[in-house]
Amino acid sequence: MSTAEAAEAGVVDAAAEAAGIEVRGAHKWFGARHVLDGVSLTVRPGEVAVVIGPSGSGKSTLLRAVNHLEKLDAGQVLVNGEPVGVRPHRGRLKELTERAILRQRRRIGFVFQNFNLFPHLTALENVAAAPVANGLLDRAAAEERARELLARVGLAGREDAYPRQLSGGQQQRVAIARALAQNPGVILLDEPTSALDPELVGEVLGVLKDLAASGTTLIIVTHEVGFAREVADTVVFLDGGRVLEQGPPSQVIDAPAHPRTREFLARVL
Amino acid sequence: MSDLTELPALAGSSGTQPGEASGAAVGAVGAAGAPGEDAQRVVPLRRPGRWIATAVVLVVAAQLVHGLATNPFYQWGRFGYWFLRPVVLQGLLVTLEVTALSAVLGLAGGIVLALMRLSRNWILQSTSWLYIWVFRSVPLIVLLLFLYNFSALYRTLSLGVPFGPSFASFSETKLAGDLVIAVVGIGLNEAAFAAEVVRAGVLSVDQGQHEAAAALGLPRGYRFRRIVLPQALRAIVPAYVNQLIGLIKSTSLVYYVSLLDLFGEVETMGSSYSGDIVPLLLVATVWYLVLISLVSVAQYYVERHYARGALRALPPTPLQRLRAGLRGGAAGARVRLRAARTGGTR
Repeated sequence: MSTAEAAEAGVVDAAAEAAGIEVRGAHKWFGARHVLDGVSLTVRPGEVAVVIGPSGSGKSTLLRAVNHLEKLDAGQVLVNGEPVGVRPHRGRLKELTERAILRQRRRIGFVFQNFNLFPHLTALENVAAAPVANGLLDRAAAEERARELLARVGLAGREDAYPRQLSGGQQQRVAIARALAQNPGVILLDEPTSALDPELVGEVLGVLKDLAASGTTLIIVTHEVGFAREVADTVVFLDGGRVLEQGPPSQVIDAPAHPRTREFLARVL
Repeated sequence: MSDLTELPALAGSSGTQPGEASGAAVGAVGAAGAPGEDAQRVVPLRRPGRWIATAVVLVVAAQLVHGLATNPFYQWGRFGYWFLRPVVLQGLLVTLEVTALSAVLGLAGGIVLALMRLSRNWILQSTSWLYIWVFRSVPLIVLLLFLYNFSALYRTLSLGVPFGPSFASFSETKLAGDLVIAVVGIGLNEAAFAAEVVRAGVLSVDQGQHEAAAALGLPRGYRFRRIVLPQALRAIVPAYVNQLIGLIKSTSLVYYVSLLDLFGEVETMGSSYSGDIVPLLLVATVWYLVLISLVSVAQYYVERHYARGALRALPPTPLQRLRAGLRGGAAGARVRLRAARTGGTR
């Protein structure tokens, strides 16, 4: 993607108000396993937070809790100051109706490790489907926006391809365009490059860098420590369902205080 | 033996005298070019066993056809007489009617039952399970005879609160004609089987698809109709068509609740013209073959439709292949290529 295109697309996206994310004392059990053990986290509007940590440390669960794909057992998540999936009611938290949760999710983009594109729809239809179905745009406007977004992720000309006709890197870029289609205030990315061949990782990270520069709030779960150092405002090290360390990359990655962080970084770097 | 006849030509093509030998090589192997290239050509392995098996199958098939055509037992003349008789066509129409109505009823019921079974509400789940258990267990003929005698068990059907007041009631005798009994009976039975076919299809869709749709905030109904169902149909269509073919044939049971379908008419005619029983059965057989062939052709195209996105390029249809074959080698290859390309980018 050329920088001119990116700048132009950035104007389109300036309309999306970046939102802040706050996680307060999140607890989650899977049976007897305590997957999230009191996680608290603040990401200011426009910031990029990168979550790292060994597998099974609760990274994905934390991310999925932010858009209520996973229900928390205790604690809450606020996006743009609004609690996600619950509302305070007489001093307790009451679950929202499905309709209300779906409306909140439109403001929170999500990108999956395995892309999860809809295989029976073309790239363009994948991107344009949600804004039309949710009544945000009419079909013509949604398709025009989808074209812009696909161009922005460097896929102009591939609008009519089905996901299976695209490479992994291209599929993930369509998935990012799809997550952007409803103008979300935040985007959550769950290991966006883990299912890609090494040579395809770069093209997706390139798009993510542009996205970070455009001022969208991002939480990225990743194993790409080099990338984290480059784009992250905050790096969060999660282990055993707890935040062991968080701060700017210069501190967490280059001068980790906790022995577990040092051990982990020694293995992945 | 045939290997031996090939030998001189091969020797010629690889020989050191290009003059006359290359001409022989072109004749034998069918390829022009330098003799050096011909020497590199791989001669496919001969498979005499395959030829013998083919010959045996062809002889047996020819015998069967000869038997069918010449055995007076089949009375093909009488077959021709009956095949398009109005009375037979009338029966065919009833068969089509019963099939269409009960297929619609069965599929609609099947989708509802499958959704109930997949719901998180245990009452819906177990109701659906119970229904499927009962109607898969009761033989269709028993069910049909039950319904036929239903009016004797319940004089009126009423709609209202159980044990409480009723809002509307129908007299059973008016409600249930023979056609209704047949359609309801087959439909109830069909729904139980269709439910499992639909459920299997929905389960075959990757969990990630549900999650992606939920993460985009898509409403539940849209999610099912536009995301899950189109993908599920790829698994549902072959299994459901199998079911539908069974349904077409099981409509012949409606004869026992005094509805004259294709089989019923043939049976009735057979009892009046007892010498024509065999040709009449052949008439029914051929009509069922025609119906099921039509369904199979439709299945091919429906499956192709739902394969969009699942295959990198759709294979050409038999018609496209036939046209390509008629146009001959090079042109045919071009058509195949074009078909694959348009199938891929559509």
